Amino acid sequence: MAKYNLKVNGKNHLIDVDPSTPMLWVLRDHLNLQGTKYGCGVAMCGACTVHLNGSAVRSCQLPVSAVGKQAITTIEGLSANATHPVQKAWIEHDVAQCGYCQAGQIMSATSLLKDNPHPSDEDIDGYMSGNICRCGTYLRIKEAIKTAAKASKTQPQKK
Amino acid sequence: MNMENPKTYSRRSFLKSSALTSGGLMLSFTWLSGFRPADKMAELNLPEQWNQVTGYIQITSDNMIKIFCPNPEFGQNVMTSLPMIVAEELDIDWKNVVVEMSTHDNVKFGSQFTGGSNSVRMYWKPLREAGAAARQMLCQAAADTWGVPLAEVTTKAGILSHSSGKSAKYGEMASKAATIAVPKGMKLKDPKDFAVVRNSKKNVEGEKIVTGKPLFGLDYRVDGMLIAMIQHPPAFGLKLKSFDASQTLKMPGIKDVFTLKLYEDGFQQGGFDTRTFNDLLVIVGNTTWEVMNARKKLKVEWEQAGDVKDTLTGRGGKREVIIPGRLESSSNQLEMMQERAKQPSTVLRKDGDPETAFKNASQIIERTYNAPFLAHNCLEPINFFAHVTDEEALLAGPLQAPGWTEPTLSKLLNLPADKIEIQMTRMGGGFGRRAYGQYLYEAALISKKAKAPIKLMYTREDDMTYGIYRPMYTATYRAALDANKKLIGFHVIGGGIPENPVHANRFPAGAIDNYLAEGWEIPSNITIGAFRAPRSNFNAAAEQSFLDEVAEAMGKDPIALRLELLNRAKDNPVGKNNDYDAKRYIGVLELLREKSGWGKPENSGRKRGVAAYFCHASYAGHVVDMVMRDGQPYVEQVFSAVDCGVVVNPDAAINMVQGAVVDGIGNSLYGALTHKDGAPEQTNFHNYRIIRHNEAPKKIEVHFVENDIDPTGLGEPPFPPVFGAVANALYKTTGKRYYNQPFAVDMTKS
Repeated sequence: MAKYNLKVNGKNHLIDVDPSTPMLWVLRDHLNLQGTKYGCGVAMCGACTVHLNGSAVRSCQLPVSAVGKQAITTIEGLSANATHPVQKAWIEHDVAQCGYCQAGQIMSATSLLKDNPHPSDEDIDGYMSGNICRCGTYLRIKEAIKTAAKASKTQPQKK
Repeated sequence: MNMENPKTYSRRSFLKSSALTSGGLMLSFTWLSGFRPADKMAELNLPEQWNQVTGYIQITSDNMIKIFCPNPEFGQNVMTSLPMIVAEELDIDWKNVVVEMSTHDNVKFGSQFTGGSNSVRMYWKPLREAGAAARQMLCQAAADTWGVPLAEVTTKAGILSHSSGKSAKYGEMASKAATIAVPKGMKLKDPKDFAVVRNSKKNVEGEKIVTGKPLFGLDYRVDGMLIAMIQHPPAFGLKLKSFDASQTLKMPGIKDVFTLKLYEDGFQQGGFDTRTFNDLLVIVGNTTWEVMNARKKLKVEWEQAGDVKDTLTGRGGKREVIIPGRLESSSNQLEMMQERAKQPSTVLRKDGDPETAFKNASQIIERTYNAPFLAHNCLEPINFFAHVTDEEALLAGPLQAPGWTEPTLSKLLNLPADKIEIQMTRMGGGFGRRAYGQYLYEAALISKKAKAPIKLMYTREDDMTYGIYRPMYTATYRAALDANKKLIGFHVIGGGIPENPVHANRFPAGAIDNYLAEGWEIPSNITIGAFRAPRSNFNAAAEQSFLDEVAEAMGKDPIALRLELLNRAKDNPVGKNNDYDAKRYIGVLELLREKSGWGKPENSGRKRGVAAYFCHASYAGHVVDMVMRDGQPYVEQVFSAVDCGVVVNPDAAINMVQGAVVDGIGNSLYGALTHKDGAPEQTNFHNYRIIRHNEAPKKIEVHFVENDIDPTGLGEPPFPPVFGAVANALYKTTGKRYYNQPFAVDMTKS
């Protein structure tokens, strides 16, 4: 066991866990942040996606000992009341069916739009293919990402 | 549910009234009898300002209306669509509605089964009657208060009015209405007056989903809750011999390792009480990661289970069955099926004289189709919370069929049903998997033995290798053509491990004079169960692919041949037990032909395949446009046509059809669970391929046949025909027919 001072969603949390514990289980079992989902445990489904210093990572493969002072953002930290443009777009397109994968999808999409504010369809396919949706809402996810991109203040770059 | 406040949960008083249990499941009756007098409000543990008008509608004085959703939600959007049906007849403004999932109550809500594309279909009339009855009770309360005749009280969007100028919000009359006896035989709205139904409403939990609220079973926690996992045998046909937990018990956070029996010898299993492995090796500890790690330190010896005798009840009556002990491998599974297919089968239906028709045929087309086991792979792995004491039991988690689970739980725990509370959380997918309460029984027995609240959790590997799978199927189809290329005979013989897939009374039965359907089964220790449109998901692939070949041999357009056969079934049906409505089937194919521009030349390079199917009382068809991309088949766009009667929530219905299309493409091209010496060979998403973003079509255009027929199923019907349409498009794309699913794998073999 070892002590860690983690910065999650802008707040500091002191925890005492085994250094190998993946952030997924630190978030879910120790910090009671249940929005980040367990789907496969081997980085094949994307349900556990969170942001580490603003970039998408699979929290099931991120041991707590590797986090250090880096900031973690989870779905709960994106906005408390669905005001983030990506969350708004998700609601506008009524994307979810069962909804289980959608937190991970949203965290991936947010990260994509940060790096590439106006992604093409191929960019979206490429970036989002690590996130499985078992209900098959992929078309709406793509539409929602495009809607969120339009809402962004950044102008599309000519390619 | 207390998930918003996960630190505490209070055991509310049990509401079930045993006096009504003998009344069966007359839904309209039990729904309406859900009314509880005001003095029961305290028991309900709800804010006092909620006036309970009937069992599932509550109204506050400021006109907020809470509607309880009876059936658990697994993505089919019933938490929105079922309350919409109530709201329609209650005549209220949808923006004032809040929805809450009800807990399980056989008396008040019926079986609360989500599955079989049944929710909207079964609750349509009871919910309309319930809304209409509540509206009349409010009108009666207003009439009594104002001293005017009931007939003169009108409603509009939650406001009661009288021509004298008197008006009141529903909320103002709610407590009085709650004292009025529930009326029966209400007149329901004409479909042309629908104001809520047929108007798209957003998912009532949409905001909670996108903000990561703890909605799912895996999110359910209470103080002091332990995590439990089961170390199950690595192969079907094995059982626990011995174990050494000494290393495991030294690991941090581990509380206990023990064994328990799922069912005692001779236990009478109900129709949905599966038994995959009976001797369970259980590990219990503080946190998920600790239990996962410590489980790896278990030293376990397994041995062959041999043949096992099960006592089954449910449909088919009480009977003993022998579950064979052999360790199956996929290669001999196929051989076993080929061997079995040569033996005599059960005749399921026979029309005319098929033997003579085939003897006189100038051409016989015969094709055999195979499909593998499939794992459901709900993205939320199997889990359930249980807190069982000697006096009572609380269970919470993802479950499709609480009404079938509770009686078995009652027997296993030796507790009366009124001491068992089952809460249904939102489910991270279901697809039939969660209709089988085995994992809930496991959770309950573990909690009882551990004397603690526990969350039983399957890892992804557990979920995939300890499943209730879609069976392995095969079917041989034969068509007899005469010298004029007229279809004079049709024969299907289907079988499976361990279930026969044939639907003998479905199309093309009824359309061909000489018809024979046969089936057989091979018992197996691999546990199987419903998988989105059971049996249909195989039959549609085989039959619709076969009909394409028959059309080609006859020199006919695939849609034209289907319409020709369906018109025969409509105008002059063969036999009496045809379970489909040929007219609705025709309507779907005609709509599909029109919307897809079928038959018109296209320069896109895409190749088209079509299929249509009937199941769960609805009709669905697709035209699939395929290209080869990087050496792999890719479905670029899809046109879908569906007749499911009245579409309650159109945008959500479109979403579900689109999802069924994506799911169907994925499973037909990639889905497979294979075995080696009884062990599933796929264990996680690295070797079980699930369709991904870049493999989904760019466009799926969904069209519904417009009619006023009471809603029929939707969750399943669009799924099966995707398989057939993909098979047919693949033939057009590659010039070769593929007969073995998954097709992307079959393509690599030839």
